[in-house]
Formats: sequence, C-alpha cells, structure tokens
Amino acid sequence: MITEQVKRQFIQIVGAENYDDSKAGRLVYSYDATPNFQSLPDAVIAPRNTKEVSEIVKICNEHRIPIVPRGSGTNLCAGTCPTEGGIVIIFKHMNRILEIDEENLTVTVQPGVITLDLIQAVEAKGLFYPPDPSSMKISTIGGNINENSGGLRGLKYGVTRDYVMALEVVLANGDIIRTGGKLAKDVAGYDLTRLFVGSEGTLGIITEATLKLIPMPETKKTMLALYEDLEAAARSVSAIIANKIIPTTLEFLDQPTLQVVESFVNIGLPTDVKAVLLIEQDGPKEVVERDMKAMARICREQHAISVQVAKTEEEANNLRTARRSALSALARLKPTTILEDATVPRSQIANMVKAINDIAKKYNVNICTFGHAGDGNLHPTCPTDVRDKDELHRVEQAFEDIFAKAIELGGTITGEHGVGVMKAPYLEWKLGKEGIAAMQAIKRALDPNNIMNPGKVFAKSTRKRVVVTR
Amino acid sequence: MKNEQLIQQQFQARMNEDELLNCMRCGFCLPTCPTYIESGFQESHSPRGRIALMKAVVDGLIEPDEDVERSLQLCLGCRACEPVCPSGVRYGHLLEEARDIIAQHKTYSPIVRFIRHIVFKQLFPHPKRMRMLTALIGFYQRSGLQALVRKLGLLRVLPNHLAMMEKVLPNVPTWKQMNERPTHIEAETKRKKRVAFFSGCLMDTMFMDTNDATMKLLQLAGCDIVIPPTQTCCGALHGHSGEKADAKTLAKQNIEAFEALDVDYIVTNAGGCGAFLIEYDHLLKDDPIWAERAKSFVAKIKDVSVILVELGFHLEGWRLPEQIVTYQDSCHLRNVMKTANEPRLLLQSISGVEFREMKDADRCCGSAGIYNIIEPDMSMQVLDYKMAQVKQTKATTIVTANPGCLLQMKLGIEREGLTNVRAVHLVELLLEAVEATKEANEPVKQTG
Repeated sequence: MITEQVKRQFIQIVGAENYDDSKAGRLVYSYDATPNFQSLPDAVIAPRNTKEVSEIVKICNEHRIPIVPRGSGTNLCAGTCPTEGGIVIIFKHMNRILEIDEENLTVTVQPGVITLDLIQAVEAKGLFYPPDPSSMKISTIGGNINENSGGLRGLKYGVTRDYVMALEVVLANGDIIRTGGKLAKDVAGYDLTRLFVGSEGTLGIITEATLKLIPMPETKKTMLALYEDLEAAARSVSAIIANKIIPTTLEFLDQPTLQVVESFVNIGLPTDVKAVLLIEQDGPKEVVERDMKAMARICREQHAISVQVAKTEEEANNLRTARRSALSALARLKPTTILEDATVPRSQIANMVKAINDIAKKYNVNICTFGHAGDGNLHPTCPTDVRDKDELHRVEQAFEDIFAKAIELGGTITGEHGVGVMKAPYLEWKLGKEGIAAMQAIKRALDPNNIMNPGKVFAKSTRKRVVVTR
Repeated sequence: MKNEQLIQQQFQARMNEDELLNCMRCGFCLPTCPTYIESGFQESHSPRGRIALMKAVVDGLIEPDEDVERSLQLCLGCRACEPVCPSGVRYGHLLEEARDIIAQHKTYSPIVRFIRHIVFKQLFPHPKRMRMLTALIGFYQRSGLQALVRKLGLLRVLPNHLAMMEKVLPNVPTWKQMNERPTHIEAETKRKKRVAFFSGCLMDTMFMDTNDATMKLLQLAGCDIVIPPTQTCCGALHGHSGEKADAKTLAKQNIEAFEALDVDYIVTNAGGCGAFLIEYDHLLKDDPIWAERAKSFVAKIKDVSVILVELGFHLEGWRLPEQIVTYQDSCHLRNVMKTANEPRLLLQSISGVEFREMKDADRCCGSAGIYNIIEPDMSMQVLDYKMAQVKQTKATTIVTANPGCLLQMKLGIEREGLTNVRAVHLVELLLEAVEATKEANEPVKQTG
C-alpha cells in the first residue's frame, strides 16, 4: 500500500506526469509475456535519471514497498509480474545510447534502450553486438541484462553476460555503485558485474551499462539439412563441433514442430522427416566457404537426406523461414502457448528430445520442440488452453518431468528465460539446498528488507522432485 | 456509473473471449504501434495494453472508465499489429466491437450527438447528399468565396489543423459531372477480364478524378467495367466509429448491388474501403443468410494495383519525366488486404521514376479515417515523423493508395512548406505515365 504521504513524495521526485496509479495505468503493467500470471502494482513510476531512481528506492526501503524494474515486459518467467504489488519502475525516459567508443570497442547505454536499436546503431559503425533474443525488436537492454538473455547466436558468440563490462546499479538502500569498466583485465575485488547480470531485479536496479562490441563479421552463409532420424541430426551437431567448427547458428526443429510449421507457411517442408537443422556461419569469406563445405559434408556423412546451401540472401531468408515461423505456427494452434527452455549439454540433445516426446505421450499432451541445438538450449513448447484445467494440470506435470530429465542429463531448468516465479519451485532441483542458501545469503546482504522484486527466484516452497536421479 | 455497468455487461456478452485469450502478451506488436511510440512508450497506448484492458473489463478486473475509453479512442486502427502477431490475433475486430459497445452506451453531448447523426446517418449512406455537399464545396472553391475567405483570414476561427485541411482539399467536380456517372465501360484493348468497380462515396464525389483514372487504367489493361448504381458507402467510417448496425445495413446493400453481376473481380481503389469490404464476412458472421452471401462477395474484392499487375500493365514500358518517387502504404491496404508489393512493382516499372523506399513506409501517416479531425494532436505527431522520413528520401512525388492518406500527405507537405513536393494517388501517377508515354510516341508515329 502506498499512503497519500508516500505518493506525494514520489510525485515530488518524478513529477505528477511520471507517477500513475490509475486503474488502467496499473492494469497494463500487471503482466508480462508469461501465460497465466497477472497482478496489479500499486503504482507505475517513470524516473528520468539515476538520482531519481535512488530517491525512489530510498523511500521504498523505508516503507517496505516492493519494486519491480520492468523493460518491455517480454520475459517468460513472470519475472516482471508484480506479484506482491508495490511499484513498477519503467525506463521510458532512460532510453538513450550514451556513447559508442570505437577505440575501446564499447557502447554505453541507459537501460531502456531497445536491443535492436542498439544493434543497428553499432552496426552503422561496422561493429557487432551479438546477443539476439527473439524479442530483440522490443526487448530492452536493461531487461536483457537482468535476465541474461541468450539468442540464436549464443553458440559462437555467447550470451548477454559475455558482453557486459560495467554497470551502474542502485542498491536497495539507495546507494549508487559502479562495477567493472572498459577493461579486458580487472581483478579489483569481487566480480559484481557478473553477479548483477541475470539477477532478475532482485539485487538492485541497473541504471547504466557498458557493453563490449566486436568487429562485424564480413560475410554469412546459411544452409538447411534434413534428417530421417533424430540421432543422425544430433550426431551431425556433435560431429560439426568435433571437427573444430563453431557455427554462428545451429538451430533444430523436431517433427511435430515441422508439421505445424508446414501447415502454417506451406513452403514445401518435408513433414515425414524427423528433424531439421538450420546452420549458419559468418566470418571472412574464405573461412565461411570452407566451413560450409565441411559442414555440408559432415551432415551428409551423418545421413542427412538433403543438404541445401542458400546461394542468395533471398534463399537464405527462405531457409530461415521454417525456424522463424516456429513460434507463430505453434501459437496459432491453441489460445495458450507455454514455451519452456530446458537446456542440456550438447551431447545429450537426442536423448533429451526423445525424452520430451515420451513425456508428452505419457501425459497425453502435445509438445513440439525446437531450439538452439548448438548450445543444447531447447524450447519444448506446448499449445494448450488455460480454461482446460485438466489438460493444464497434465501440461504442468509433463514440464516437471522435463525439468527433472534435463537435470538428470547434466542440464538446467532454464537456459535463457530466467527463474522468476515460474521456475522458482524447481530451482532447488538444480542448485540443491546449499546452493539456494548461498544465493539467499547474498540476497539478504544486499536487500535485507526484501523490496527488490520480491517473490522471484526464491520459492516459498520447493516442488517435490519427480525423478530422483542424478 | 450505470453506463459503466452496462458497458461491462456488454463486454462480457459480446467480446470474443477466444480472441482475447489468444493474445499471449509477447509484446511483438509494440514496435509497430504508432501510438505506443508517439506516446513515449506507454503500454496503455499499445495493442497489447489495449487487449489487456478489454480482457480486464470482461474479467471484471477493472471498470470501463474514462482511461480505458481514452486508450481505445487513441488507437489509429491501422492494424499494423496484426501481421506481426505470432498468434494471429485479429485486433481490429476486437477494437471495432469494443468501440461499438462504448459508442452505443455513451451519453454524448447534444452537439456531438447531432454531428454523429448527420455524418453517419444523414450523409455518407446517401450518394445524392454526398454529391450535394461536394457541389457546395465546389461552389465555395469556384465562386471566389474561397479566395475571399482566405484573403480575409476567416479560417483563423478554425483550429489550425482544420484550417490547413481546407487548403489541401482537391478541386472537386461540378454537380453536373457527378450526376453523369457511367454504369458500363468497355475495354480499350483486347478484353481479358470483366470487373465491377466499387466507386465509393467520397471517391465518386470529392475524388472523382481518381475514380476516372482508375477506370481508364482498367480499360487500358483490358477490363470491361460494370459500375452498379445501387451501390453505396462501404460503411468503414461507421464500423470504425462504433456504429456497427449502420455498417451492416450498408454492407447488405452493397452485397445486393454486386452479387448478381457476372464479374471476375470487384475492384477498389481506396485501401480503407477495400479492407472494410473484404471483411464483410466477419461483419455479417452472425447472420446465417448474409454470412454466405458475404463470403462470395469478399472473395472477389481486389485492389486495382493487384489487377493491373495480374494483367501485365507494368510490362508495357511506361515513361515519366525523371523524378524521385516514394510510396506511403495505405495501412488497411497493406495490413488487411495484404497488398504491398503490387503498388511498388507498378511504380518501379515506370522508366524515369527513381523509386526510393522511405523508412517505415508501412507505418501509419496519422490520417486514419476521421482520426486526424478528432485526435489532431496525436495525428500531427504521427504525421511529423512521417514527413521527416519523406524528406530523407528527397522524393518530389509521394504516392499513396487511399484518399485519406493522400489528403494527409498533402497536409504534411503544406505543414512542412515543401513547395516542390506533390502527393498523388497511385492511379493518377500511372495515368500520367500513360499520357506522357503516348505523347512521347506520337511524333514517331506521325513521321513513321
């Protein structure tokens, strides 16, 4: 609850036009992209600078008001759903690219910058910011850092974490700290930068970030390989890596996904094949050509029934259509789409996909799997209907089994979507009691009053483990 | 308060729950929404926010208060959110239904009620009255009254955007011209298709030249054209403003006017009208008899640019004096009729034309039916962004495919004071190319 007096204080800081507690104003910040989560905040505040953020946080800390920092609300773990009320902080005023440093190859931004705007701004200078989450057209850098977002280029280039060099953070007591710097080497103290990346707004509020850039790759090529069995596709992935080639993209679609995609886009995809790999490489022209040839050969050796290398950019685009349409095709099947991101070591992909198919059968639900085969990050996706309580319960059970299986195979419950509320009950499966305790110790030290995105990451109770093996 | 309860009940009874649930809130629509961007990224002015508000009203989570209404009113209805939606939510249908519910239960001030009555019930559905109004404008333009009014600065009593709107109105046809409309025209070359032409209300009065150019091009491309005189306004204006019942009446009249004709296509030249016509099946979906009839009507609707390309009009080597041309998509032509390539293809086929795509050509220009009159601030903000993109291309000719967009672009040119830039409808530029090419060829013919 926000008292009249506290409200006046907030307005004094940000101005009346940046404080909204109207019913409609709160309603539209009561959700993110996670199905079935909605909860109204008490107010929505749009600070204009770091100092205002700090002043807001101090008031919240004094009055124990929960704070949820929110980018564009595209996350899939209910991380920005204000489940405990309080205030939602939005960064519509803090959305400038502050500097592109071509000597140090860095870009410094405010948290509200849209990911794609950043990518385009640095590409105009011949520089490259690789993390490319599917939501990049609208996601913000602040959101990406808080969720440690991945993307299609993760295999070769890593994820958001690998590009964050320095941060400005407002802590729960209102202190403003700066971590890291434009430095390749820096061992002065704990690596707080890494601690805040992926912390989902539970440790502090990121108000500025300096990101690493790399030179733009010269060229890029695309190919599509079709398989009659899953094993062969998985073996191709392993063989490519074993041949010391790291492609930019190594995307995977299973048969159920293929069938759905083909009925949606009608581009002549063979629906009788068991799996498709979309492979891309970038870099110097000679290297790309050599790698593409080698990878095509490897795929054929592993019994791909067809390998198609795009000759033009248009052809490449067509090949990407299948992968790009996966989400749309699945989302149109049923009103609710549950998109998960269980992740396993690369070598376990075939086992994981097979397990997912078995689990889907066991619970009589429809699960299609696509994802980033190169880095083991799969997206088992279930089209369902929240109104069908019985099916929803079975879907939940199926995903529990999937999480358990992923961990059994040496993987994790979430590769890039985050824990939020959605995965919190399963976190202990991955970390163990001691791991959770260590993280909670950090949380308590930095946010003793538990005002920073409370209710996220740490669950009130852990789910009973369904499969007890490791 | 009582009204709010009624509206809430109607939301629960009438809003399509499946469609509302279909929105998975991924946010992919946000970067395409002009009002989200221009409002400084306010979720309540985004498609996702508006759907959430509609659903919350249905769920009883909030009341349909004035903030909810404001959010729905500020939407341009451009439907740019639909093609990018992974779930394929038909946002336009949700918006139309919601606006209808609100409009039917709202107590408008007497003056607004009077204006709505005149516009929706007394004017647009009646072709003769449209002609009379246009004739009055013609009298104003030709009698010297316009010159006098402008000289005396009388327009200053109008809000700025309306005063400027007066300046960009086309020179309208005379009463006589409007009353002598053809009902049947034969192809000028070998007959390839037989088509019906949807002449529209505004298009056949205020924009009669555009209609004439459209028919001329169709003739040249090899079409016999039927123009049934019993057709009427498409009803888009009504549908978008919460007067669905009137829109349905007009739809039925149009279906009746066209269904008996033995034609391959029904041709439109205004994206706004075409998009509404092509969704008559949705409009009449709850009416078992009309739903079927609407389906066969809808199947024949095509924009003129699509027919011209189909008939190979772009392969005939048309020429124009050298100029840079850019194209502003009509939102409804692009997002609802799914026609975006054909106009570009036609423009690029004219030699002498250097076609330059402007940034965000697919973003609304802010015209949006009568939006620029009722929401001038947002409309002008959207237009200013558009004109900045136009200027980047250095184009001297801006081409559009809908009368509202055309007027808005003219307004933009006027506001920016761009003296060497003009805005034309696609068919006008094509006809210009036809004439220029003929002129260039004539001396050759004479000597040869």
